[in-house]
Amino acid sequence: MKNKRILLLFAHPSQHRSEVNSAMFDLAKSLDFVTAIDLYANYPRFNIDIDKEQQQLLSHDIIIFQFPLYWYSTPAILKEWQDLVLEYGFAYGTDGNALKDKLFMCAISAGGKEIAYRAEGYNHFTVRELLQPLEQTATLTGMHYLPPFAIFSSRSAKEENRLEHHLKQWHNLLNLLHKDQISAEKTQSLITLNEGYQAALNENIATKAVS
Amino acid sequence: MTIYFVQAFIYLVAAVIAVPLAKKLGLGSVLGYLIAGVVIGPITGIVGQETVTIQHFAEFGVVMMLFLVGLELEPKMLWQMRNRLLGLGGLQVVITTAVTAGIALILKQPWTVALAIGLVFSLSSTAIVLQTFNEKGLSKTEGSKNAFSVLLMQDIAVIPMLAFIPMLALPELVDAAQHAKSAAEHHEELSLVAGLPTWAYALAILGSISGVIILGHFLSRPLFHYVASSGLREIFVATALLLVVGIAALMSLVGLSPALGTFLAGVVLANSEFRHELESNIEPFKGLLLGLFFITVGAGINFAILSENMLLIITLTLSVMLIKASVLWLLAVIFKIKNSDRWLFSLSLAQAGEFGFVLLSFTMQNNVIPDPIASLLQLVVALSMFLTPLLFIVFEKVILPRYQAKSNQGEYDTIDEEGCVIIAGIGRFGQIVNRLLVANGVKTIVLDHEAGQVENLRKVNVKSYFGDATRPDLLHTAGIEHARLLVIAIDNKEEAKELTHYVKKNFPQVKVLARAFDKGHSYELKAAGADYTVNETYHSALELSGEAMTSLGFHPFAVEHKKTTFAQTESSASELLFDKWKHGSEGERFDLDYRKLFIELEESIKQAMAVDRADKHSSDERGWTPPPKGYESKFEE
Repeated sequence: MKNKRILLLFAHPSQHRSEVNSAMFDLAKSLDFVTAIDLYANYPRFNIDIDKEQQQLLSHDIIIFQFPLYWYSTPAILKEWQDLVLEYGFAYGTDGNALKDKLFMCAISAGGKEIAYRAEGYNHFTVRELLQPLEQTATLTGMHYLPPFAIFSSRSAKEENRLEHHLKQWHNLLNLLHKDQISAEKTQSLITLNEGYQAALNENIATKAVS
Repeated sequence: MTIYFVQAFIYLVAAVIAVPLAKKLGLGSVLGYLIAGVVIGPITGIVGQETVTIQHFAEFGVVMMLFLVGLELEPKMLWQMRNRLLGLGGLQVVITTAVTAGIALILKQPWTVALAIGLVFSLSSTAIVLQTFNEKGLSKTEGSKNAFSVLLMQDIAVIPMLAFIPMLALPELVDAAQHAKSAAEHHEELSLVAGLPTWAYALAILGSISGVIILGHFLSRPLFHYVASSGLREIFVATALLLVVGIAALMSLVGLSPALGTFLAGVVLANSEFRHELESNIEPFKGLLLGLFFITVGAGINFAILSENMLLIITLTLSVMLIKASVLWLLAVIFKIKNSDRWLFSLSLAQAGEFGFVLLSFTMQNNVIPDPIASLLQLVVALSMFLTPLLFIVFEKVILPRYQAKSNQGEYDTIDEEGCVIIAGIGRFGQIVNRLLVANGVKTIVLDHEAGQVENLRKVNVKSYFGDATRPDLLHTAGIEHARLLVIAIDNKEEAKELTHYVKKNFPQVKVLARAFDKGHSYELKAAGADYTVNETYHSALELSGEAMTSLGFHPFAVEHKKTTFAQTESSASELLFDKWKHGSEGERFDLDYRKLFIELEESIKQAMAVDRADKHSSDERGWTPPPKGYESKFEE
């Protein structure tokens, strides 16, 4: 099985207040099979370098958007990134097949509890449903869409000492993706990746490394 | 010829050995020169009588110094000083003269001699005092500013004194001198105004002064432009020297003080764009000549007379200094000069000065003071000058620390904290940098060599320090070795470059962010090691040009992206050009003036933009491009 190269596009406009995302990003950055990009750092003025971003997409197999959920969507720069980088003729349209068969996934944090993101909760929709524009973007560009890796109640993760747990899951997930052990087909019915891969994600990382 | 070489060699050797040594021992360069003079003169006897001639020549250093002082003083500032100048300076001259003359009278001197002695000792040493202020970084303190007003007033007062002294001539001395006409003094050799009637004399003086002002104002600029455009540095130096020498000559010819004339010319040129260039050109000459002057003072000490009248001379010297210091102290109280500034003011001006020498030899020529007394007094003058550096040391080591401990208001410009960012230059540019950093809780140390600027900033509670950031010792006190960043926003191009070079060489861990004047300068800064440079006008000009496009009807958001593209192309083209520039030889690099660089860069921007457009890849046209019409039919297949 071929090892996959991961491109992590991280968008967080106020990282000095971040409690979960920055730690996740730093962890990802420390892995040699992940190219971790801080979009707000690279383009503080939103002057996104289209060529550079497209080149980066071409040289990776898995694309991850990592962001805190802002108004049920991505922070502004990720939208800007899509508008600019996913050009006609590159990502879609005639000859626009540069992203074909890549794996696409979102890693999000949400302030609300998991039960809020249900039809009967106050957010009325699941995160999977809310992220449908991205899912469709992935589909139109020929990528395979994975359900999101989601951390709920992120504002209290630190106080409730859940940070270590989330980071372990995140680390495992990145490892699994790298080893190509997560299949888009099998996960299609899931709301989040967390629920489907609980056992694998909660495995101890040290023992995993040995096996 | 050979003898000149040998002499020059002796003086230089003495200076080269003694001055750094004195500096290292914390004695200051002036004392170093004086000691060097004593060693080669009275102690070893290597140099002899010629020191007197050399001294007259070296007095020209004082003239140059006043020119430089004038350059630092804008007319506006001079006008603001008028009260201190006339009040403080005038009173100092009058009271000191009166008290000294009174004591001379008590010592049974005739009144004419007493008055002449009073005049001689009312003057202080501009050369030593200003040089020491500069060296010790005291130039911008209240005490030194007041001292400067007094010195300036004294220099002005020399003119009427020179006119007045011949009237004090002692009849019996005049008779004796009738036959043996003494050798004329250097500034008495030639005169345009000798034998003119009074009205013509006044007219000549007025004409010369207004000539200096008018020519300085209107003619100097085109002249310097013309010379500067030749690109020959030495010719510029020659022009600067021409200016100073020419004015000094003119002033001497009409019987005015050359120092005053060049001071005036300096003030006139203070606003000129060539000010810094002039300063840096004259500076080394001034330094050397002043050094030479001090050496000759040391060498001229006559040990024979000194040892014969040791006790008398020492007593006289100490009394003179005590009287002068007391008068100054009194004035400091009246004029509300406080704390350590009062000490600085009183101690720094307690000596007699080089104009004292001039007046003494003038009184001898004019038969005012008998020779034996005059040569005794010359020693007093010299000794008091010799003691001045010691007084400065006392001030620095004993008095200043006491006041520093008392006041933690930062009233004195000793840097009492270290910041992680040092900002050199707090003009319009540095201020913005400082404001953003301070507003975000970054500790900054701000250095500027312009007194007014720092004063203004202090009024709005921005902590800043007087001082020339290009001086290694000041950088050291500012804590350069612990700083993370150095922001260079000083006005002097050359100094900015040298500062960059110095810091990157000695403290490579400090990141240097430098403000450049133009493209050429930014390249020079980069070559000197600057980590980041920005042209001072670049961003504001880009903003304005964007506003221009918006005003013309371009969409504001589209304009924003045109600007971005421009900036990107510019910066990449600029980097390319920098590489080329860097690899050019020294000579070629010198030829690349701003205009040439600009044309080259502009060409490369055009080329880059043309290529992009042809490829339809210009990023400003590329963003948010809608898909072609009818593209969606494909998806429905």
